Amino acid sequence: MTAAALAFYVFAISALTGGLFTVISRNPVHSVLWLILAFLSSAGLFVLLGAEFVAMLLVIVYVGAVAVLFLFVVMMLDVDFAELRAGMARYMPLALLIGVVLLMQLAIVLGSWTPADGVRVAESMSGLAVPETHNTAALGRLIYDDYIYLFQAAGLILLVAMIGAIVLTLRHRKDVKRQNVMAQMHRDPARALELVDVKPGQGL
Amino acid sequence: MIATDIAAILPEVILAVLAMGALLGAVYTGGDRTTPLLIWSAALVMVALGVWIGFGMSGTRTAFGGAFINDGFARFAKVAVLWSAAVVLLMSLDYLSRCDLLRFEFPLLVALAVVGMMMMVSAGDLMALYMGLELQSLALYVAASLRRDSVKSTEAGLKYFVLGALGSGLLLYGCSLAYGFAGTTQFSGIIATAQDGHVGIGLLFGLVFIITGLAFKVSAVPFHMWTPDVYEGAPTPVTAFFATAPKMAAMALFARVMHDAFGAAVADWSGIIALLSVGSMFLGAVAAIGQRDIKRLMAYSSIAHMGFALMGLAAGTGFGVQAMLIYMAIYLAMSLGVFAFILSLERDGRPVTDIGNLHQYSRQQPLRALCMLVLLFSLAGVPPMVGFFGKFYVLRAAVEADMIWLAVAGVIASVIGAFYYLRIVYFMYFGEEREPLDPPASTVQWAVLVASAAVMVFGVVNLLGIEGPAAMAAEALVR
Repeated sequence: MTAAALAFYVFAISALTGGLFTVISRNPVHSVLWLILAFLSSAGLFVLLGAEFVAMLLVIVYVGAVAVLFLFVVMMLDVDFAELRAGMARYMPLALLIGVVLLMQLAIVLGSWTPADGVRVAESMSGLAVPETHNTAALGRLIYDDYIYLFQAAGLILLVAMIGAIVLTLRHRKDVKRQNVMAQMHRDPARALELVDVKPGQGL
Repeated sequence: MIATDIAAILPEVILAVLAMGALLGAVYTGGDRTTPLLIWSAALVMVALGVWIGFGMSGTRTAFGGAFINDGFARFAKVAVLWSAAVVLLMSLDYLSRCDLLRFEFPLLVALAVVGMMMMVSAGDLMALYMGLELQSLALYVAASLRRDSVKSTEAGLKYFVLGALGSGLLLYGCSLAYGFAGTTQFSGIIATAQDGHVGIGLLFGLVFIITGLAFKVSAVPFHMWTPDVYEGAPTPVTAFFATAPKMAAMALFARVMHDAFGAAVADWSGIIALLSVGSMFLGAVAAIGQRDIKRLMAYSSIAHMGFALMGLAAGTGFGVQAMLIYMAIYLAMSLGVFAFILSLERDGRPVTDIGNLHQYSRQQPLRALCMLVLLFSLAGVPPMVGFFGKFYVLRAAVEADMIWLAVAGVIASVIGAFYYLRIVYFMYFGEEREPLDPPASTVQWAVLVASAAVMVFGVVNLLGIEGPAAMAAEALVR
């Protein structure tokens, strides 16, 4: 058994264990931690496939952002997870059925699936040959050179989404006192304070 | 390489960059106080870009590996979209300020929607098509619920969003099937996979789903359900926008996909589009009869008009596309005039939309009533007006493509549809005595109404020379 094969089995087993315990563990915080384990092991599997960019994305985006967000939600919201999980035994047959169907579909894809006629012809026409370079560089070339037009269009769509969210929700309330930082910083002790020399026994 | 590509999309880049600059400017300076300035400058920029695209460009250029096509067809549609959006912006200013809706985001959303429409009509690739469509739709969803304190406006936005997302989903499903079976997302690659005038069964499924998604966007029966509610609920200037520029863009995109990507298999799709066309014409004609709200009535009217435009597309010929473009251009001119009229209707300072308010309107405002009479006759397709020639063109395209049944159905539907247009004329001239409406104030709306009515009358001479550009545009698309 080579080192790569050993690494594969280690990552694969820990990914499966992580996935399983995400579903069955009783404490939701533990579930999220198991999920993070599953993400990290999948990242390891991607590295073994030679897709190091996707592996890093998985770690940065899913572990760094999404899983932490999950943790916040689980810890800060008062959701009764035990109640959500109550019907597990009841829904198990349906879940198993869906699982079996998915497995069969995967088997079909791996086994008897063939491309339609004419696909090869069109593929050779499109002129998008995969270059023999580093996959980060190849992805960069695709996104920022070949598909820059679509990439920028996607940026515009996100801008419109942001404008829309602000237009539909932001309200300027006039009866609220707000902190004015500039005014605070420009407070001058000479004008804000008055020093009075009070003689003993006289008062003001 | 990248410089020539960017030169090809320069009008879109200019509009998008100006919109973003205006967004920053408005946020950091006056906020909503800058809205009139933004509306005027956006309209001027759009008119100028339309002039540049229409008169300063020629030939066919593709950019970004075929994702963007700048040909005569795209230019015709872009000019129509830009100019109609500019007119809608100008005539909405007065209405928005009276209804306290003068938000600076409105002209920016319209400008970004127009960028999306320009991308749509120039799309040469399924992905570019989807990006343009989503940019346009997302801006329109927000515009529909612009009056966020009104339940109806919010409902309109939400309904439009959910059903629009459903339409996009169907379109994407079709696109993924087409990609799976053709092996490419480019129209030029998809058309190469058709053999003997037919596409494979998988690609056919993709084609049907793409047609379904596009039919949602042009609101053709049976995918029209959202239209009346959205038209009624959205603020009237937004409704006016919905009824004009996006319709032109969606119809042009429809023609682009059908001819550029599936043009080698006309027999596969012309029957489907003919069915959509018949359904839209009849439902638009029959369902509008019971409507009392003029915005809902215009929604059904637009469904019927989309049916007629689809008839030109169903013919599947170059002449059919030319007829469709002429029909859409005339429809835009008519709709702008009618909405200028609707925007000016108010009583006691509040906008009214019930057609019962139009009783004896000719006594109060003889000239406006006359203009509206001309426009309604034109919408109905009564012979001396330009609207008749639009219908005549699409009917001729259907007859020449041996679809006589379709042409006969179109004639019957237009006779049924004439009833509700003429009923408004009846109300205006022979109705009962009612409390009069407020005298309209906006000169822009008045000018648009009169200009649109004048086009309907004097355009009879040579259709204002629109035949030549439409023929060239159709030639660029159907080779």
